[in-house]
Amino acid sequence: MINIGDILETITMIQDEHLDIRTVTMGISLLECADSDIDRACEKIYDKITRYAANLVPVCNDIEKEYGIPIINKRISVTPIAMLAAACPSQDPVKFAHTLERAAKAVGVNFIGGYSALVHKGFSKGDYGLIESIPRALAETSHVCSSVNIGSTKAGINMDAVAKMGKVVKEAAELTKDGNCMGAAKLVIFCNAPEDNPFMAGAFHGVGEPDCVINVGVSGPGVVSAAIQKAGDCDITAIADIVKRTAFKITRMGQLVAKEASKRLCVPFGIVDLSLAPTPAVGDSVARILEGMGLENCGACGTTACLALLNDAVKKGGVMASSHVGGLSGAFIPVSEDAGMIEAARGGHLSIEKLEAMTAVCSVGLDMIVIPGDTPAEVISGIIADEAAIGMINSKTTAVRVVPAVGKKAGEELEFGGLFGSGPIMKVNTSSPARFISRGGRIPAPIQSLKN
Amino acid sequence: MKVIISVIGKDTVGILAKVSTVCAQHNANILEVTQSVLQDVFAMTMLADISDMTVAFTELSDELSALGDKLGLSIRVMHEDIFNSMHRI
Repeated sequence: MINIGDILETITMIQDEHLDIRTVTMGISLLECADSDIDRACEKIYDKITRYAANLVPVCNDIEKEYGIPIINKRISVTPIAMLAAACPSQDPVKFAHTLERAAKAVGVNFIGGYSALVHKGFSKGDYGLIESIPRALAETSHVCSSVNIGSTKAGINMDAVAKMGKVVKEAAELTKDGNCMGAAKLVIFCNAPEDNPFMAGAFHGVGEPDCVINVGVSGPGVVSAAIQKAGDCDITAIADIVKRTAFKITRMGQLVAKEASKRLCVPFGIVDLSLAPTPAVGDSVARILEGMGLENCGACGTTACLALLNDAVKKGGVMASSHVGGLSGAFIPVSEDAGMIEAARGGHLSIEKLEAMTAVCSVGLDMIVIPGDTPAEVISGIIADEAAIGMINSKTTAVRVVPAVGKKAGEELEFGGLFGSGPIMKVNTSSPARFISRGGRIPAPIQSLKN
Repeated sequence: MKVIISVIGKDTVGILAKVSTVCAQHNANILEVTQSVLQDVFAMTMLADISDMTVAFTELSDELSALGDKLGLSIRVMHEDIFNSMHRI
C-alpha cells in the first residue's frame, strides 16, 4: 500500500492548503451553428451546448466525491462568437450572449466563455459589431465571459482594436456600475491568446480545436507556499526544487482528473493548464509564495526575480506530470483575487508599474486590477498596448483585465465577492497617450516572428 | 475499485473496530491496514476493495464521514488512484 506519510501529505494538501482542481472546462465548437438567421443560430447553439454538456456537472461532482478532491468550477468555452456573428452581421449579437447564458444555466456551469473576437490583424465581418456589443452583453448576463485578442507575435498589434478596447472596458464598467462594475471583470484583452485556455474570463474554444474537448486547470499556491515554509533556510536552488516537486504532484492530480472526466464524458482530453491560480482565501495566495522566498512584501525589489523562478519551476515540475500541457500554464497574479496581493496593494508596496514588470515573467498579465473610475479610455488603451507589446516581443500570452471603479478614486476599494475578491483601487499614471492611441494602424510583427 | 480510507483524530478505544464494522456491513473487503499514534493523534489508513460492495460508493463515504463526526475524527474515503498518481511515477 502507499506509504501512510504520502497519504497524509495528500490529505493535508487538500484539507489545509487549499489544493483543488480550479476548473474542468469543456470546449465546444459552434462553427456548424452559424446561420444567416440569428434566431435559428441561437437555437442550434443552445441545443448543441445543452446536449454536449448535459453531464459535465454531474460527472465532475462524482469525480470530486470519489477522489476526494474539490473541483471548484465547471465551465464551458465556445468558438469565438464573432465567427457566428459574421453570418448575420446586421443582427444584434447580444442575442448570442443571452443564448449562452440560458445554456449555461440549463447545464449548471459556473461560467461560459467565448463571447470573443480575434482581431490581431484586423476586423472581419462580425468582429466590430460583437466588440461594440460586449458591454451590453456582459451587463445583461451573469455567466458569460468575453475576450478579445488584439495582438500576436506573428501579426503585430492592431492599434485600432487597442483604441476601441479602452472605450469598451470603460463602457463595460459604466453599464454595471450598480453591480461593482462586474462587466469589466468578465472581459479580458489578450495578446497571443491560447486557444485551449480553461481559465476565465479568457477561455474560448479555438478554431484548431476538436469538436469537443476537456481541458483542466489546476491550482495550489497554498501547497507551494506551505512547502517553502517547511523548508526553512535553504538556498534558492533548493527553493526551485521544492516548487518543481510540488508542481509535479499538483499536476499529476490534474492529469488524473482530466483523464477521468474525459473517459466518463466520452470527450477527448485536451490539455492540463499548469497554473498557480490564487483565491482570496487565506493561505491560497501567489504573493505569499514570493514573500515566503524572502520578500518583506510582494512588490518589493526582487519580486520579479522570485516570480520568474516560481513560474519557471512550476512549468518544469508540471510538464513531466501531464501528457499534454497547454493553456496559460504559469503563475497568475490577479490582484483582487489574491489575499497577499490585496494586502501589498493596500500597503502601497505594489504598483501597476511593478505588476507590469512581473507580467513579463509570469503566465498572463495585468489581471483583476481596479483603477480609478475617471481613468480616460486612452490611458486604458495605453495599458493594453504596453501589455500587448510585452507579449508580442516575448512570444508569450499577456492580457489586461482592469476594472475602472465608476465614481471611486485611488485608495478606495471595490468589493466583488466570491472568487473575484476585493480590490484596492490602484493609482494610474494619467499622463496622456491620446495622440499615440488615436493614430490607429498596426504595430508591425516583430523580427522574432520570422522564424521560418 | 480500490479505495483508501483515512482516519485522523484523537485516539480512543475501538476506532479500528467501528470503521471495519461499517466496511463489513457493506461487503467492502479490507486488504491492508496501517496505523500510527503520534502524541495522541491517531492516523490510520486502510486499503479496501469495494468492487463487490452492496451499496454505492457515496453511501459508504457518507456513512463513514458521519461516523467520523460522531467520534470526533476525520474519516475520508478516496479512490486509491489519487495517491498513486501523486506519489508514484
